[in-house]
Amino acid sequence: MSGRQPVLTMTAISKSFPGVRALDGVDFRMFPGEVHALMGENGAGKSTLIKVLTGVYSNDSGTIELAGAEVSFSGPMQAATHGVSTVYQEVNLCANLSVAENIFIGREPRTFGAIRWGEMRRRARDLLARLDIHIDVTQLLGTYSLAVQQMVAIARAIDIRARVLILDEPTSSLDAGEVEQLFRIMRQLRDEGIAILFVTHFLDQVYGMADRITVLRNGRLVGEYPTAELPQLALVEKMIGKDLDVLEGLDEQPKRELAAIEASTPFLRAEQLGRKGSVAPFTMTIHAGEVVGLAGLLGSGRTEVARLLFGADRADHGGVLINGKPSPLRNPVTAIGHDIAFCSENRRTEGLVGELTVRENIILAMQAARGWLRPIPRRRQDELVEKYISALSIRPANPEMPVRNLSGGNQQKVLLARWLITEPRLLILDEPTRGIDVGAKAEIQKLVVQLSDGGMAVLFISAELEEVLRLSHKIAVMRDRQLVTELANDDTVDAVRVMQTIASGTHHEGPNA
Amino acid sequence: MTTTTPSQISGRPWWRIPQRHVPVLATGALLLVMYAVGVSQYRAFSNVQVIFNVFIDNGFMLVVAVGMTFVILTGGIDLSVGSVVAMTAMVCASLLQAGVPAPLVLVIALLIGPTLGFLMGAVIHFFEIQPFIVTLAGMFFARGMCTLISKSSIPITDPFWTDAAQQRIGDPKGNFVSISVLIAFAVVVVAAYVLAYTRLGRNTYAIGGNPQSALLMGLPVAKTRIAVYTISGLCAAIGGILLSFYTLSGAPLIAVGMELDVIAAVVIGGTVLTGGSGYVFGTVLGVLVLGVIQTLITFDGSLNSWWTKIVIGGLLFAFILLQRLIGIRKK
Repeated sequence: MSGRQPVLTMTAISKSFPGVRALDGVDFRMFPGEVHALMGENGAGKSTLIKVLTGVYSNDSGTIELAGAEVSFSGPMQAATHGVSTVYQEVNLCANLSVAENIFIGREPRTFGAIRWGEMRRRARDLLARLDIHIDVTQLLGTYSLAVQQMVAIARAIDIRARVLILDEPTSSLDAGEVEQLFRIMRQLRDEGIAILFVTHFLDQVYGMADRITVLRNGRLVGEYPTAELPQLALVEKMIGKDLDVLEGLDEQPKRELAAIEASTPFLRAEQLGRKGSVAPFTMTIHAGEVVGLAGLLGSGRTEVARLLFGADRADHGGVLINGKPSPLRNPVTAIGHDIAFCSENRRTEGLVGELTVRENIILAMQAARGWLRPIPRRRQDELVEKYISALSIRPANPEMPVRNLSGGNQQKVLLARWLITEPRLLILDEPTRGIDVGAKAEIQKLVVQLSDGGMAVLFISAELEEVLRLSHKIAVMRDRQLVTELANDDTVDAVRVMQTIASGTHHEGPNA
Repeated sequence: MTTTTPSQISGRPWWRIPQRHVPVLATGALLLVMYAVGVSQYRAFSNVQVIFNVFIDNGFMLVVAVGMTFVILTGGIDLSVGSVVAMTAMVCASLLQAGVPAPLVLVIALLIGPTLGFLMGAVIHFFEIQPFIVTLAGMFFARGMCTLISKSSIPITDPFWTDAAQQRIGDPKGNFVSISVLIAFAVVVVAAYVLAYTRLGRNTYAIGGNPQSALLMGLPVAKTRIAVYTISGLCAAIGGILLSFYTLSGAPLIAVGMELDVIAAVVIGGTVLTGGSGYVFGTVLGVLVLGVIQTLITFDGSLNSWWTKIVIGGLLFAFILLQRLIGIRKK
């Protein structure tokens, strides 16, 4: 590395917001043809650094040099024309425009101001073909999966002869196969000499892809390391700045015997439950004190199962037994009445109300269950909220803080607290750890174990197989909107076996009765 | 009972019409049905001039609706158009009465609407205020200006205006359209071109689809948003001039509530109120639907003209529902 010139050098970058020093004298550099992981917990300053680089924010001090010349961009578009392109976590394209348009909008080929549609489509096809993606570019972007949309976003980014490509959490909504496809593209672009800045929460992906790692913590540079010289544990320590007792401890949690749990009557039994166009009829039992993991690719029907069990979507096939009694789940109110709680995947859009405070958000479900005419006394509210803020270590521990000011991990904990306060007997967690940092993730995992030890039934949905394997007593595998099999999570089950099941869908012993 | 296979769940029949075209096609079908009903009920309805009259009577509304389409495509709304139409007509009438030469009057009239639109767009964008409230303010302002100019109707006697009003462009059989209709068509063609073939047009769709993304893709969101309100103002100004051709007067209380008819026409024409989807062609159909309803009720003769409003209300409701259903199905 030392012999080459860096394509990008950021020196002593500082940036303050009212009350916060987001970046404090950070140095950062990238070489052509490398994948460089930028690591740090939420709030470490990764996003701010990227936004300073792409001109979304102006830096208070420090310099940015691109290929030897000092630059200061006025915004993402100008940065892109100089070869610094960004692909964000949420696909920031327009679903209502065609694929070709999404790649070229803002720089369409034109004659006398008129867009040349034919040429635009041809160039879009060529560009995507270069990435080995063969789709109809005249279709609306919204008709394609999130993964394809992400690839289109990358195609858009590299079309502007990118020298530096910033991928901000590109994999957080992709499943394993799609991630591999993305990695293939990343490797190809790297080999073409593009410097790729890769931000992700998945450590495995960092070690699978990155040549070097830069770690930030609390707005300061911790260091820059070749990936080979930084073991995973050391990386995590550098990121969170403390020893990782939490994570280590979790692996030693003994799983209680499945047989003991299965002996009792199940808390919930779904009999051939299904909904046309959503998920094929499936049968599933969940016992008190049991963690059932729901594994499967993105779009395999995981969330749809959760929504059926919560009554958020109405089943048009089969039924549900709760404690052995038939109990149709017509809507979420009925489900809540049966002590079922659902933490949805989209905490911002479906779960939390950003403008309300932590306290108000936590009280919401309980108040709804009591009916709005019987307000919970303020003192009781404060007690409950204090209890859960400390139990889940929600930070900042200020009940009157608007929820939108909290980090992703803490928002997730607030959502959890809201449901825990209603003392549910079945807790459905849909991707509770997505997009949150390592520390918070470990805390949530630990909490799941504690809750199930306390007798709560948990349905745990996660794209991270490792997490499902670690926590679940049994694993239901989804594929193509069918529940293909249930695996008891004993010693014979590992990630490989689950992945094989997901891939082949063979263990077909399920819902054909 | 057989198990549903995945392909049944995710598969889409090859013949299914792309959902984005469903609203426009529905409007087209509705128009055909209404026309067929008219022709079967009333002998004179099949006369070509009936169609031409629909255009003559609604030319100014068509122009205003085209401007509104731009605004709604970005997810906005412009409530000021009815008042701007009236104000433009008032300004024309009063300036002409004061002896200002016609070309100068036209220029002034064409400047007022876009200026107001520009200001409203700037306020909406830079102060992040809901378009509803900003254009509501614009609506009151413009309507107030009308009565400030004159409390009563001002007749127009200028020869240029009377010529424009009485000019008949037609075929040898005696069917004809007015100059207003040609101007309206020109506006439609230009607007359709702008939306389909220029960056301004495509950016309009992008902002309606996802303003946040549009910003991050480096599109000029501020410019585009201000531009659509300016365009709407310009279209309202042209509409006002056409209205003054049509009525040969400026009246302070004309075109009250017109903005609502225009919004109805745009929505019935298939443009989605949340933005990002719709066509000028649909808007033409939407205006025609409204015009044909009016004609049908006139032909009947026994029905109160307020039936027009009732039918428009029902249709609007049906179309909003249709859009919503398509939106839900997409999920």
